[in-house]
Amino acid sequence: MTTTTPPAATALPADRGEQSAAAVAKRKLSSPWASLAAILIAVLWTLPTFGLLVSSFRPERAIKTTGWWTFFSNPTLTMDNYRDVLDSESGAGLGSYFVNSLVITIPSVIIPLTLATIAAYAFAWIKFPGRNILFLVIFALQIVPLQVTLIPLLTLYVDAGLANTFWTIWLSHSIFGLPLAIYLLHNFMREVPATLLEAARVDGAGHVAIFFRVLLPLLRPALAAFGIFQFLWVWNDLLVALTFAGGGDKVAPITVALANLSGTRGTAWHLLSAGAFVSIIVPVTIFLLLQRYFVRGLLAGSVKG
Amino acid sequence: MLTAETNTAKIGLMLAAILLFAAVVGIMLFLATLFRGRRADRWVAYAYLTPTLLMLAVGLVYPGVRTIYQSFFDAAGNAFIGLDNYKTIFTDGDQLTVLRNTVFWVVVTPFVATAVGLLYAILVDKSKFESAAKALIFLPMAISFVGASIIWKFVYEYRPDQGNVKQIGLLNQVLVWLGGSPQQWLVDSPLNTFLLIVVMIWIQAGFAMTVLSAAIKAIPDDIVEAARLDGVTPWGMFRFVTLPAIRPAVVVVLTTIGIGTLKVFDIVRTMTGGQFNTSVIANEFYSQSFRSDNQGLGAALAVLLFLLVIPIVVYNIRQLRRSEAL
Repeated sequence: MTTTTPPAATALPADRGEQSAAAVAKRKLSSPWASLAAILIAVLWTLPTFGLLVSSFRPERAIKTTGWWTFFSNPTLTMDNYRDVLDSESGAGLGSYFVNSLVITIPSVIIPLTLATIAAYAFAWIKFPGRNILFLVIFALQIVPLQVTLIPLLTLYVDAGLANTFWTIWLSHSIFGLPLAIYLLHNFMREVPATLLEAARVDGAGHVAIFFRVLLPLLRPALAAFGIFQFLWVWNDLLVALTFAGGGDKVAPITVALANLSGTRGTAWHLLSAGAFVSIIVPVTIFLLLQRYFVRGLLAGSVKG
Repeated sequence: MLTAETNTAKIGLMLAAILLFAAVVGIMLFLATLFRGRRADRWVAYAYLTPTLLMLAVGLVYPGVRTIYQSFFDAAGNAFIGLDNYKTIFTDGDQLTVLRNTVFWVVVTPFVATAVGLLYAILVDKSKFESAAKALIFLPMAISFVGASIIWKFVYEYRPDQGNVKQIGLLNQVLVWLGGSPQQWLVDSPLNTFLLIVVMIWIQAGFAMTVLSAAIKAIPDDIVEAARLDGVTPWGMFRFVTLPAIRPAVVVVLTTIGIGTLKVFDIVRTMTGGQFNTSVIANEFYSQSFRSDNQGLGAALAVLLFLLVIPIVVYNIRQLRRSEAL
């Protein structure tokens, strides 16, 4: 987990006139060459995904003998690959791993989000001895690579009899997500004018009432931003799941199943292509729907990796 | 209540866990309201922070310290061997390849991803299709490293170069169209490492583009206008106006991608499993810890990873301080 603060980037793109520096720079670079370069990058960035997507709908035999680009001269479509990869009787059984991914991800977003909101509130709006040093420590914890924590944590889980359960994964993802979440939410909370909180306090509202009535409505974008971060992070995670979930379909998420499939049946492209898109569809949908919040979160603070 | 077999049971378990968590938080918030007196606020704060601090202490601080300690012990974790694990990392032939590859990753990925992101941000700025064009580059960020690895493994797929065998990987087909003969891209070292790096660049360019595009749009109009009236050339505009103005954002993007690249293990594991001389520190950590059961060496690799992250973060913070001071 890492974090960094882009200062110049905190302002969201505002509506401006035609004379941005980039626009000027572009004009000379400009026209045919600039467009060509942009299109080239866009194609390079899209084509690999597109090729696999097309392949996932082609019959197994066709995938193995001809390139996906021949699809357009000889189009045959099938859903067999998706049926095979999801079904646990005859195929790779990705369906139950998909459910595991959902079961893992939802609490792993809710728990750190809630705890971090409460902690960030304490840091932002309550004065107490040790506040600055504690906040600094949490801030610094963001740079600890997960790798450093895995084996001792695994030993703790085994000793507690929790090994290979959802509980270890929920707990781990929640812990790993907390420092970034606290840091991000704290920054947002500090921006709320103190007078708003003072007014509520004079009215006799306690901390809980102040939080729900005054802060929560204002914090919604920040909560959404971190929620999406954490969702993508947890859904796409491989390392934590490999370490704590074991290999079977009882707990392991879809990323683990896909990585194993790629290792054991690396040339079964009809399964790999369909499997990849089953795993991609959820984060991409969330991402497209909530892109606005995601970008805002990116610009406001940080990225973990 | 610990495990679940069927899908329904799993979802039930999940809901139960969420309810349990909600109950714990509710009780904590309620207990915090019971504090009275002049110093009540301070106790409320401590109550609010207790679960978080407990989790961080047990889940990050203790394991971190424990791993550092473990890195001075042998494979089984029993005998103290001083710095031998670190010596292995810097002298053993395989480990040196791992270090070399890690250097390739950390040097190439941030700069290329940032360059592509910046170029693209400038090219599509103010164009008619700006948001759609950005979404195309942006989308790989939502895809898991595992998914991205499969997408690219398919691009690199190799079929033996025989009369009636057709290539199904795009890269080899392009090569054949150009008159070349197909290559086993993921086998030939060190080229294979760079082909894996391509995947990371593909994922990270969108991040670079988003942050840099916002930074470009935040440059005040009057500065740009003044430079334009002075008759600055477009290259001069980029070199003396745009680049200095977005410098802090560029530093952030470079360092963030650099740190992320250091820790990436999924790509190497999914595409080659670290074979063919493609392993990097993060992947070697996993292999040594969980495959070769060499806990000491695994711990030392994890600590090395930690140590390598620190200078990048320090550089980042110092650059930010400097730009704030200006």
